[in-house]
Amino acid sequence: MTSAFWAVYLREILIMKRRILRQSASMAVSPLLYVVAFGCALGAAVKVGDRSYLEFLIPGLAAMASMTQAFAIATEINVARFYFFAFEEFQAAPVSPFSYVLAETLAGVTKALYAVLIVLIIALLFGTRLNYGPAFWGALLLNSFSFAALAVALAMLVKSHADQSLLTAFVITPMAFLGGTFFPVDALPAWASAILRFLPLTHAADAARAGAFGLPPSPLPFIILACCSLVFFSLALSTVKKARN
Amino acid sequence: MIKTESLKKSFGRTRALDSLDLEVPEGELFAFLGPNGAGKTTAIRILTGLSFKDSGKAFVAGVDIDKDPLKAKRLCGLATQNVNLDSELSVRENMDIHGRLFSMSAKERRERTRELLELVELWDRADSLVKSLSGGLKRRLMIARALSHGPRLLFLDEPTVGLDPAIRRRVWSLIKTVNQKGVTVLLTTHYIEEAEFLAGRVAFIHEGRIVREGTPGEIALEVGKWAADTFQDGVLKSSFFADKREATEFLAAAPGGGTLRKVNLEDAFIHLTGKRVL
Repeated sequence: MTSAFWAVYLREILIMKRRILRQSASMAVSPLLYVVAFGCALGAAVKVGDRSYLEFLIPGLAAMASMTQAFAIATEINVARFYFFAFEEFQAAPVSPFSYVLAETLAGVTKALYAVLIVLIIALLFGTRLNYGPAFWGALLLNSFSFAALAVALAMLVKSHADQSLLTAFVITPMAFLGGTFFPVDALPAWASAILRFLPLTHAADAARAGAFGLPPSPLPFIILACCSLVFFSLALSTVKKARN
Repeated sequence: MIKTESLKKSFGRTRALDSLDLEVPEGELFAFLGPNGAGKTTAIRILTGLSFKDSGKAFVAGVDIDKDPLKAKRLCGLATQNVNLDSELSVRENMDIHGRLFSMSAKERRERTRELLELVELWDRADSLVKSLSGGLKRRLMIARALSHGPRLLFLDEPTVGLDPAIRRRVWSLIKTVNQKGVTVLLTTHYIEEAEFLAGRVAFIHEGRIVREGTPGEIALEVGKWAADTFQDGVLKSSFFADKREATEFLAAAPGGGTLRKVNLEDAFIHLTGKRVL
């Protein structure tokens, strides 16, 4: 299991290394725009509790970046499947579905945590320093693991690269805006807040924010994210097993 | 070395394989010959674990692919019809990833990479990115990669498709060399001359079934020795003769004349199926 796992993981990391400059730049664009437009301009006079809006925004942006970059592994997998046929190389090799799913998921997690690091560097450049301790990283690790596993699962179900874009447009983009990144979910009417509590990103943003603000961590978001990780990982195992035509 | 029993596979209403029975002994260079859509690639995909079969049995080197698929995969090397190399990685990195997939040690990977890249004359390009290689070099790299874990059996799906004639001949030499080193080779092709040059035995596959199997010489001889091609009423027609003199006399009498040549596998294929290979 170990060698095949490393092969799949290493392949993704080598490709990431080859593209590191342009990938870093593309990972920095969205957070930079949000920080400038929402954090510094629109939010300059806004306070959320006793925190500035920029301080409120940064953990949310980190959670959002961890989700979008982890989910982006689906695009990599689909490009490999539909354009470069690299998935066939794994199918023809003695690689168990568990090794394959774990490797692709952890590759997604690696990219996601790298994107979070970029968000934190941008925050630092804008003078925002928070508490990035184990609770903050733990929440983002679980968040990225669950979305990377979901990405692997869905990547096996879609029939074309265009379908993949639809999933991003209908699932990831709405979640990015509604999952507690830009506003406190509890500020919405109770019914809306209750609905948004079903989104994993809402819990990831809550837990990352609590960690970043140095508040005592609540176990609930971690339990929910761990459950999502388990469910999505199992789903990915099932779809990879059925991916042969 | 390869055995299939009543292998069946359909895609919706299209039957890709219809009770395919095949037996390829160890050390043979065997070719599947047939037009696009005949079922050649489907058979290889099932044998190498890329596709599920609907029913039937398949064995590689005595291993049932259903009972122990991972063991079966370790015994096989595959170069697919589509170039499936990682274009953003180097030649060496592609070889290394493949070696890791097959649990080879670092020393084994290093040694096999050098040995095989020298065999396919790519050692001087080991650190080049795959995207910088020509089509022919990519094909040679795919064969080297497929051999790196030391398979007993090599599957080549249309190994020279899209290559120019000079490069094609270099790939043929490579395939012959690999076979002479003791690796059983099963290749699919729709190039007649490829099957004739390479294969010890060929099977004509048509609509998912093997319609004829034998050495290229045996099969061609069943039709005759000489072919006379004439052009009558806008249609190219081939007539077959056991004797050269008869064929020459036939051509002399044909309005508009024609061309005399030796019978080849394509003639046999058309004779058996009524269809051209290409």
